[in-house]
Amino acid sequence: MPGQVREQVSEWTELMQLAVAGDNAAYHRLLRAIAPVLRATTQRGLARAGQPTDSSEDIVQEILLAVHLKRHTWDRTAPFGPWLFAIARNKLIDALRRRGRRVFVDIDEFADVLPGEPEKETASAREVDQHLAGLPEKQRDVVRSIAVDSVSIKETAARLAMSEGAVRVALHRGLASLAAKLKGN
Amino acid sequence: MKTDDLIRTLAADSDWRSTATGSALLIALVAAAPISLAIFLMALGVRPDFTSATHNPFFDLKFAVTLALAISAILVVLPLSRPGTPLGARAWLLLVPVALLAVGIAFDLSMPQSTTWSARMVGSNSRVCLSAIPAMALPLLVASLIGLRQGAATRPALSGAVAGLMSGGLAATVYAAHCTDDSPLFVATWYSIGIAGLTAVGAAAGSRVLRI
Repeated sequence: MPGQVREQVSEWTELMQLAVAGDNAAYHRLLRAIAPVLRATTQRGLARAGQPTDSSEDIVQEILLAVHLKRHTWDRTAPFGPWLFAIARNKLIDALRRRGRRVFVDIDEFADVLPGEPEKETASAREVDQHLAGLPEKQRDVVRSIAVDSVSIKETAARLAMSEGAVRVALHRGLASLAAKLKGN
Repeated sequence: MKTDDLIRTLAADSDWRSTATGSALLIALVAAAPISLAIFLMALGVRPDFTSATHNPFFDLKFAVTLALAISAILVVLPLSRPGTPLGARAWLLLVPVALLAVGIAFDLSMPQSTTWSARMVGSNSRVCLSAIPAMALPLLVASLIGLRQGAATRPALSGAVAGLMSGGLAATVYAAHCTDDSPLFVATWYSIGIAGLTAVGAAAGSRVLRI
């Protein structure tokens, strides 16, 4: 692993430890830090499998959802990198299989990827939006309000005449249903 | 949706409380155990000479083998639910029941016996064994797969297969109290066939329901 990447990965571990301890800003930073690495890796994985890279952002978003929903399986005494790359590799292989390819991706291929230049335009993908429409009404409204309209949980609660707790529950369930739909369940 | 928007939304979902995979597995097994026990009590029951049978080391060995299988499978399936956790030496734990059984077979074959080894292997309960172990194990397998969904299996078929071994081991532990065939040769043959079937079912089911 090149030194720069090793340093970056140990920074991720620290951010994740802060996140587990309840530091939400650290968690937000961590997700933003891993996204470009996941993007670069996914694009490379798709290219190697001879697949067009235009769907890479869908896969990146699927990985991010899986990372989020399975974050409790990370052992806080373990480095964050291997955990992240195992999930990313798994999701990428799954995505390639769905496209009819059987491909094996070496974990090391993830480890030595340096994040590319920060993209000028924010990357966007379609699949999440498509599945969002199929969610139960309450989950869909809450996820849309927070994700698309950038409204806070508190304001979303007022807007939809729900309690904050109910908004949080609907948000979590909505994200879980989105992840399930993305993997084709 | 923009990835940045998704990330902001994920960060807003800030509840980190979550059941550990081990606890979820335990709860699921405890919930399903009464079903398996009911099958045992209604269809099989403890063999009449249970108390005197406990003096027979081959009878006791059956429990040692099946329990070792169940426990080692639990110890293997939990790290399999944590992405990026190398299994390492833990995988060898699954050989403990195999080794116990091998030692038992060596003793069985080296001791003077009143029946031939083939008669002991064929036994008289093979059909019951082949149906009882899977029947009692299936509720446990379904439950354990539900529990393991709490984890993140990056090798879902393997996780499902080990869940099959675990539920087979647990069911066989209970079944052993009914079965009057105590020869390790019988256990190695018929218990193994039933548990192998469960392992295959577990692998097939796991590759579907345990994907993260």
